[in-house]
Amino acid sequence: MKRWTLFIPFIMFTLLGLLLWRGLYLDPKEIPSALVDKPFPEFSLPTLIGEELKTQSSLQGQVTLVNVWGTWCISCKVEHPFLVELAQQGVRIIGVNYKDDNDAAIKWLKDLGNPYEYSVDDVDGTLSMDLGVTGAPETFFVDVNGVIRHKHQGVITQGTWAPLEKIWLSLVEESKQVVSQ
Amino acid sequence: MMKYGLLLIAFLFSQCSLAIVGGHEYVFDDGTPLENETRAQLFEKLAVELRCPKCQNQNLADSNAMIAGDLRRELYQQVKSGSDGDSIIDFMVDRYGEFVLYRPQVNAMTYVLWFGPVGLLVVGLICLVFIVRKRKQSETVSQDLSIDQQKRINELLEKDKGDDHV
Repeated sequence: MKRWTLFIPFIMFTLLGLLLWRGLYLDPKEIPSALVDKPFPEFSLPTLIGEELKTQSSLQGQVTLVNVWGTWCISCKVEHPFLVELAQQGVRIIGVNYKDDNDAAIKWLKDLGNPYEYSVDDVDGTLSMDLGVTGAPETFFVDVNGVIRHKHQGVITQGTWAPLEKIWLSLVEESKQVVSQ
Repeated sequence: MMKYGLLLIAFLFSQCSLAIVGGHEYVFDDGTPLENETRAQLFEKLAVELRCPKCQNQNLADSNAMIAGDLRRELYQQVKSGSDGDSIIDFMVDRYGEFVLYRPQVNAMTYVLWFGPVGLLVVGLICLVFIVRKRKQSETVSQDLSIDQQKRINELLEKDKGDDHV
């Protein structure tokens, strides 16, 4: 018998160990979105303030963050100040008010500031279901053509913005090229 | 339990079918009695096979998460109105990805998952056959050796006998 064959169990153990060790550091909550690189789903919903009817075509023409939020969602309160900051820097943010009480939502925006160009009132959660939303907050990066390019689950804060800013800037860069063509 | 029992008896004599999933009753009454029965069964099957996208290790039937409740309602409405299982699964996968399937689809990404165990079994069997054959061979070799040795022993004995006569 060749001597090296005695090492087969050891090699298999090492490979399996590496595989499982790697598994320890994967985040099982990070689910790839089924909607990346697909057009933003069709919708027709009234805005939270003013009850003006909006559709998916209102997203086109400008790079947009679509932020799913609700007053029942505690993490949304955490990220809210940073969204206000982003809006002041000129980032276009549109809100999807997910299964919320309208009065509470309007009061929230009055008290904490309104980073949204507008929020649509998704009271039944139909748009959120079409977006594959599993909870709030979630934020979709929509390009100039109204195509979803990235989905971020969880809060956007100073700490998590750095990699997202790169995506944002690349989309803005892309939109300039589209305009110049 | 009493409530469910009475409900069940009531439904046995009616035109509609009933599914009980996660402690809720779901009534199917839009089609013929036969259609209603198959729909109720489809609903029960899918509520168990579809995974809650939020809570990860529970199916739609078990989970209390808000999203699971919404998806159960959506599933119920689609099944009740007569959608077939495949189109409902497509609906869910389009929105939440293949993650929601506890029974993953067979495609390039899941070949290892589906056929890996069979592959391992085949490899194991091949190894087994190989090892058993090798063992048998080495056994016959050791017998051959003893035949050789037997010859030598005989020779030595012959020699010994000759010595005796001297």
